[in-house]
Amino acid sequence: MINLEFIYVLAGLWFAAVAVTNFRDRSNPRRYKSALFWGIYAVTFLFGSYLPPFVNGCLVLVMVAAAGIGHLGQGKPNTTSPAEREAGAARWGNLLFVPVLTIPAVTVAGALLLKYVVIDGKPLVDPKQVTLVSLGLGVIIALIVGLAILRPRLLTPVTEGRRLMDSVGWAAVLPQMLAALGALFAAAGVGKVISEIVLSVVPADNSFGIVASFTVSMALFTMIMGNAFAAFPIMAVGIGLPLIVLQLHGNPIIMAAVGMLSGFCGTLMTPMAANFNIVPAALLELPDRYGVIKVQIPTGILLLIANTVLMYFTVFRY
Amino acid sequence: MFLLSGILIIIVGFAIGLNPLLVVTVSAFVTGLIGHLDPVAIVSGLGKAFVDSRSIAIAWLVLPVVGLIESRVLRERAQRMIAQVHAATTGRVLLIYLIVRQVTAAFGLTTLGGHAQMVRPLIAPMAEAAAETHFGKLPDKVRYKIRAHAAGTDNIGVFFGEDIFIAIGSILLIRNVMHQQGVEVEPIDLALWAIPTAIMAFLIHGTRLLLLDRRLKREIALDAETAPVEEAGQ
Repeated sequence: MINLEFIYVLAGLWFAAVAVTNFRDRSNPRRYKSALFWGIYAVTFLFGSYLPPFVNGCLVLVMVAAAGIGHLGQGKPNTTSPAEREAGAARWGNLLFVPVLTIPAVTVAGALLLKYVVIDGKPLVDPKQVTLVSLGLGVIIALIVGLAILRPRLLTPVTEGRRLMDSVGWAAVLPQMLAALGALFAAAGVGKVISEIVLSVVPADNSFGIVASFTVSMALFTMIMGNAFAAFPIMAVGIGLPLIVLQLHGNPIIMAAVGMLSGFCGTLMTPMAANFNIVPAALLELPDRYGVIKVQIPTGILLLIANTVLMYFTVFRY
Repeated sequence: MFLLSGILIIIVGFAIGLNPLLVVTVSAFVTGLIGHLDPVAIVSGLGKAFVDSRSIAIAWLVLPVVGLIESRVLRERAQRMIAQVHAATTGRVLLIYLIVRQVTAAFGLTTLGGHAQMVRPLIAPMAEAAAETHFGKLPDKVRYKIRAHAAGTDNIGVFFGEDIFIAIGSILLIRNVMHQQGVEVEPIDLALWAIPTAIMAFLIHGTRLLLLDRRLKREIALDAETAPVEEAGQ
């Protein structure tokens, strides 16, 4: 049976490739540190399932130290020149979109169909993980399609993908760390403290009040931390799951999806999300560094209200 | 109540700009210690939760494909398509970009747009040029407002489009947080429930963009009235 382990190996090999290309890249001033970071990350994927939790924890700490003290380096990999790309744009036209669209197409088809593939009475793919396994297949097929259409050197996907991976850098690991923190918070009882605070303000049977307290605190916490990913585990464990799902029998899917999107409304309204709000103001040479935030605030507030109403009318119904 | 100090550490740490990975690790240790876990148990807990959350990183598997295509022109192709659009006004230029950004993000192409790649070289100049053909030379204030709107439209398009794609960090994070609490949710269902908000975001921001043309006109007229007075005062 194919399960998530298949994806982990795939990701492990990818991060190992990023580590090796960084290690061999003399244009990266901190190539050993970068290689160490991505190499350990690869180990957690390839062997994480078999190592004891304490060893995995130590690996995480080394990664955090490598990324958190000083910076990771970035090389200057050879990429194509603007002239080459212009020529390519004329040559391939919209055919270029085919490999990229292959990923969602295969993922959705796989998610819908792979459930029914049974060999010797056993499902081929773990039914609980069909979507993610399909995604892995989608990536492999898209790579083959891309190589077939564009006929680049075989290593081009690695060098070009690594360029993107390095520009993400340590931030690639942040969502996973935040999820881990959420789990630790839950284990330590943080969620309970938060839900008690909410219940001291909003009566437990006031379903609109509970929903609004969830969406608004998602947005507020996102504004404070500058990151909806950081707010979600805390608020889901504190309000979403205990109050909306368990107590009021709301739909966990709607709670989570619309809750996260309420957090995104907060991202529009905070200077803490510097990449989205402050950097472009500088990039566009605006004299007011809050110029972008100011034009986003009306949409942020209106959409937060719309999300709250949407969740209230759907979460208890579906 | 002391348990909330972990959250306080995150808020302060993020606010003063420390490396977030470091901040999160410290917060985990402090919360664990207050919750009477010993250091070995905290490291183990962190290791277990980290390894259990690996499915979130699946989003990065897409990069070799995107990198390959991008190196072969994807962005140039998209820029060409957008540059061919002959939209008459600033609001309509941005409205079309909002649609393009939301739809491409929904197919996982979040790196197609962006402030450095698309907004500065293409979208902001196009939006300014559209206003110039109508109103002539623009007052600086109006020019800056148009640029700010170009950046804002990029953000809103990607934020409320990307969650329709399954392999995006936020969807995988949600799935994982819920899984650790014993609630199983399918990424594809989460992605479907991102669609209503995507539509509402389009309606709300699209309406604002269409109203933007009228506002620019008013501001330019106002500026033309006040400008000579300033000169007379000199």
